[in-house]
Amino acid sequence: MSEGFAKKVANTQVWKAIFRHGPPNNARNRAAVVAGNVFLHLHPIKLKKSGVQLGYTWCMGGLTFFVFLALTVTGVLLMFYYRPTAEYAFTDIIGLREHVPLGIMRELHRWGAHLMVITVWIHMFRVFMTGSYKPPREFNWGVGVVLLILTMLLSFTGYLLPWDQLAIWAITVGSNMAKATPFAGHGGPGAALAKIGDFVMVSDKNDVRFQLLGGRFVGEAALLRFYILHCVFIPLVVAVLIAVHFWRVRKDGGISAPL
Amino acid sequence: MIKEAINYLSDPLYSFTGLMILFYLSLKRIDIVGTKKFGIGLLVFTLVTFGWMVADPIFFSIISLPDNIPIIILNALVFWSTWFALYKGHQNDLRIEAGGSPLEGTPENREKVWAWPNLVYTELFCGIICTVFLIVWAIFFKAPLEEPANPTWAPNPAKAPWYFLGLQEMLVYFDPWMAGVVLPGIIIVGLIAIPFIDINPKGNGYFTFKERKFAITSFLFGWLILWVYLIQVGTFLRGPNWTFYGPFEFWDFHKVVAENNINLSEIFWIKLFNTGLPKNIFVREIFGIIATLAYLVGFIPLINKKWGKSYLERMGTIRYYLMIFLVLSMMSLPIKMYLRWFINLKYIIAMPEFEFNL
Repeated sequence: MSEGFAKKVANTQVWKAIFRHGPPNNARNRAAVVAGNVFLHLHPIKLKKSGVQLGYTWCMGGLTFFVFLALTVTGVLLMFYYRPTAEYAFTDIIGLREHVPLGIMRELHRWGAHLMVITVWIHMFRVFMTGSYKPPREFNWGVGVVLLILTMLLSFTGYLLPWDQLAIWAITVGSNMAKATPFAGHGGPGAALAKIGDFVMVSDKNDVRFQLLGGRFVGEAALLRFYILHCVFIPLVVAVLIAVHFWRVRKDGGISAPL
Repeated sequence: MIKEAINYLSDPLYSFTGLMILFYLSLKRIDIVGTKKFGIGLLVFTLVTFGWMVADPIFFSIISLPDNIPIIILNALVFWSTWFALYKGHQNDLRIEAGGSPLEGTPENREKVWAWPNLVYTELFCGIICTVFLIVWAIFFKAPLEEPANPTWAPNPAKAPWYFLGLQEMLVYFDPWMAGVVLPGIIIVGLIAIPFIDINPKGNGYFTFKERKFAITSFLFGWLILWVYLIQVGTFLRGPNWTFYGPFEFWDFHKVVAENNINLSEIFWIKLFNTGLPKNIFVREIFGIIATLAYLVGFIPLINKKWGKSYLERMGTIRYYLMIFLVLSMMSLPIKMYLRWFINLKYIIAMPEFEFNL
């Protein structure tokens, strides 16, 4: 492409309508492209050179967000073909496998979910090793810890949805821990003390595991709960917290660097 | 022969102890670990060992179980990231020792560059690599799918998702209320508290080891040994009935491990005093209660005497005791593990009447 052609394109009314400025090959336009684009304006216009080096950032936080986006897209596509009921859940997954030629959507979603857990761990490790949680970034480290927990909960709730043996027994093992919550789970320490006469206040019909599963075992109610937590509730909370996390990265002075 | 030795040494007692020794040595001799030569050597060694292990049909059958592939990727990344962070830290320590600034703080690296194209193109590049990686992974490995859910038939072993297997492995040493609720809760609170406890102003925004020895050592201990290592044990070394199996050992359902674990109260009242257990549960568990309180409170004067004064003054009371509590909570796991291995201790305090077993 000749320079003249690129210039012509950049001068068309359509280009100007979309981008509001010329190609980002001079200082003015490089500032404008970042500041004038809703997605790119997450970035500062200029930043320290150490902050763009892969040897320093490892890009693990960025990749976590990228994988989160990929999971949102593949997840929405999967929702078209999946019904969260004990009757259909498993057969819908079989259908995805058997009837879609060369289909890799479920694979992308599942491996992506594992990858996100890994990248978020490595991101946290990098942040720790560079001391990036130190002032003024203490609060954002805390937000990051909450996002870490939510990432694992997202993965955990999604684990149940294929409704196979791997799924229900992994969730059974995991959710049995809730039964042992002190005072709030019927098998936990202190629960037996919460009694009024013969009336047991914390039982397997109302403790935290019951609230989590919507029943006393991993059944259809649990499937629906996990489905909604997985597809709607946790992603919404994560999206809000990611916004806070990114905002605070900028407000706390950008990617950390020696003071 | 070698495989049998590895099977034998993988037993948590030996592998955990060996790992702690390795951990200590590698942080002690960071001048060796933090070099490129060591990194390349480590890479070659792990690749060759892994290749050799995968060639074994039993080990292959274990790692190819559903959802075990991510752990191999995790392991590769943990190896690489740990070495790389220590390498960068060591290089910076040398620069600072020589009177210079860390690499991230050189005038050249402090210079500001345009986000477009420097940052945006890097992100694009990483995104593309990640996409390619994920698509290749998805094409070559099918997502696992087993028999349809059957609430009446539990597979053996029934395992949680791999990222919770460290917690499930902790169930061997603690009851669910500790392993599944209290300790994870302390981990979360402890992680959030880190920036408020660690008031060392150095090492902010660059890799270093020497300037943050205590912080990095304790974090690496929790991350590598108590979290990542326990995941490996839970995934690769635990078979039916959560029994230990070496990496090259066939998962024989009939393997029986004699477990005669006893409580601290039984050690005192029955073995030492020969009197039988007292009726009153608080009298019965008095030694465990004393031991627990001594652990939580008794160490404090000792710690204060050794390092306390200057730390306490610099950190203030709340920070200081919170830090001690978090370190003691973290160390309670290895302590409980060794008590189990050496004296078959089941519970320090056993009050099944209240579901309170510690």
